[in-house]
Amino acid sequence: MASITLNALAHTYTDNPTKPEDYAIREMSHVWEQGGAFALLGPSGCGKSTLLNIISGLLEPSHGEVLFDGKRVNELKPEERNIAQVFQFPVVYDTMTVFDNLAFPLRNIGVPEYKVKSKVYEVAEILELSDQLKRKAKGLSADQKQKVSMGRGLVRDDVSAILFDEPLTVIDPQLKWKLRRKLKQIHEQFNITMVYVTHDQLEASTFADKIAVMYNGQIVQFGTPRELFENPAHTFVGYFIGSPGMNFFEAELKSQGEKEALMFGDHEISVSDAMLTRLKAMGANKVTLGIRPEFVHVWDGKNDDAFSVDVDYVEDLGTYKILSFLFQGQVMKARLSEDQKVPSGQIYVSFPEQWTKVYVDEYLVDVSDQAHSEDPKKETGHAN
Amino acid sequence: MQTKVENNKAWFLVLPVFLIVAFSAIIPLMTVVNYSVQDIFDPYTRYFVGTEWFKQVMLDSRLHEALLRQFIYSFTILIIEVPLGICVALMMPTKGRGASLALILVAIPLLIPWNVVGTIWQIFGRADIGLFGAFMSSIGVDYNYASDPTDAWLTVVLMDVWHWTPLVALLCYSGLRAIPEVYYQAARIDQASRWAVFRYIQLPKLTNVLIIGVLLRFMDSFMIYTEPFVLTGGGPGSSTTFLSQSLVQQAIGQFDLGPAAAFSLVYFLIILLVCWVFYTTIMNMQKDK
Repeated sequence: MASITLNALAHTYTDNPTKPEDYAIREMSHVWEQGGAFALLGPSGCGKSTLLNIISGLLEPSHGEVLFDGKRVNELKPEERNIAQVFQFPVVYDTMTVFDNLAFPLRNIGVPEYKVKSKVYEVAEILELSDQLKRKAKGLSADQKQKVSMGRGLVRDDVSAILFDEPLTVIDPQLKWKLRRKLKQIHEQFNITMVYVTHDQLEASTFADKIAVMYNGQIVQFGTPRELFENPAHTFVGYFIGSPGMNFFEAELKSQGEKEALMFGDHEISVSDAMLTRLKAMGANKVTLGIRPEFVHVWDGKNDDAFSVDVDYVEDLGTYKILSFLFQGQVMKARLSEDQKVPSGQIYVSFPEQWTKVYVDEYLVDVSDQAHSEDPKKETGHAN
Repeated sequence: MQTKVENNKAWFLVLPVFLIVAFSAIIPLMTVVNYSVQDIFDPYTRYFVGTEWFKQVMLDSRLHEALLRQFIYSFTILIIEVPLGICVALMMPTKGRGASLALILVAIPLLIPWNVVGTIWQIFGRADIGLFGAFMSSIGVDYNYASDPTDAWLTVVLMDVWHWTPLVALLCYSGLRAIPEVYYQAARIDQASRWAVFRYIQLPKLTNVLIIGVLLRFMDSFMIYTEPFVLTGGGPGSSTTFLSQSLVQQAIGQFDLGPAAAFSLVYFLIILLVCWVFYTTIMNMQKDK
């Protein structure tokens, strides 16, 4: 059990990296605290698995350090780091029985046989493999094999951390829920640091206390699911988290007499004065505004403070509806609750000030008092 | 309701295969069967003798000895070549120019015609001018494959190991390359020893290529003819006379076509039987118990 610190870590697969795109992992510093359940969320190819393999030692980072409890482990091989890792596709030892598979990591470190037995039974019980223990692993179905792979990750209870690399890819949806619950229980029971790589936001938010969102080899935000939803620190987080993702539109900072205003076409978008002052100080003329469909306010009748927009279409998703509308020619979405009446033709929407997020160069401009420690620029030590 | 139309024309589509198999296997084999049950002097003078030739062949003590020798030989080379081939495959580099170079070097013995292999070893082993033979003499070992049965055996086995271990090695090499990297990664995470990696990952994944390797090597070595014929001519005495050579002596040397045909069929059945035994044993070993 350990906290894992990444110190100025970067990794490239090329010999002579010149531009940021040459790096699979761009320079980052990050701490996974001891005992946490973390998710590493991002699209395919963003460097999640690379980062995981660097932590487990399967891959040596080209730059920077990996520390377990403050001790540098760069030079330690995976077998010396005492870490467990579960891979995307099942890895079982075909010729061994399920029991021997689960016992394998324990026997390799010389655990006495009576302890091996009790531990294997315990893990098999949790994963519901008890009646399969005597079978050869070769004849198992894919999801059973994956359970065996996961079991091998869970049998050692003194590991520094357990890393999961999209472990539920091959598992049936119903079983996925169950296994995720189990992992969570195991986490609560043993208090082991767990890092769970996935590209599924639902999987990440049900498993993890805190989620690190990765994009283009960087961690763009590290926070609770709620923080990621309410206060995306990067446009990618807004786009990737939530279904549908955040609405984005470009606005310009213009002077109107004494005052500054954010203009989207002819419309003024209201943001706080502090924000306007900040933007002016930054010298940012063009900004990206983001608002979640959940926070777009759709008025029932005509309203002079709201913008008049045209309804494009409404998708009924069962418990809620998604309204698509055209605002100044741009398609945007709003989420309607079940009991809200379905509008058509010309309607009125407004964007509540507190939920209208302002982004400059893809990163959030935050002027709220509760300045977040997860400001990605500080967190990753990276500036564009 | 329409009655089902019987249409067996599709059978004509397999006719070419039947023809090819008939000409390549069945007809030649039937010729042998024909000879094995008749005593033929010329096309018009032939007598049906039933199982006479088979009885004679089964009771021939020279053939018993050759058969025993043949089994000892085949099992000896299998015991040496299979583990050695696996070792060579494990040691071969996996990437870069070293890999191509190693592949070429290992494959060279396989590219040499069999009678040339015999000739190479005949010269290589000669005590007066051969590199190996002269070396053995110079360090005081009395080595002469032409007069000492043990030396002759040693040389024939050594020659086969040199010639055919590369086949096993190449098969294993391809089998090893087919193992996904993630298995090795998982083994490292599980803190498996080098031996455990071999025993539980590499060996199980090699089973299929090893079946092919063992069957090929068994069949080929069981039918070996050219190399020992060139190297020792079956001698000294009949110490390295294997089944094929006995057969050739009988069929072409003595022109006893009847017994030779019966012998051929028994020979064929033995190979078939042993291969079947090998195959089912290995397959059973893999079964989910």
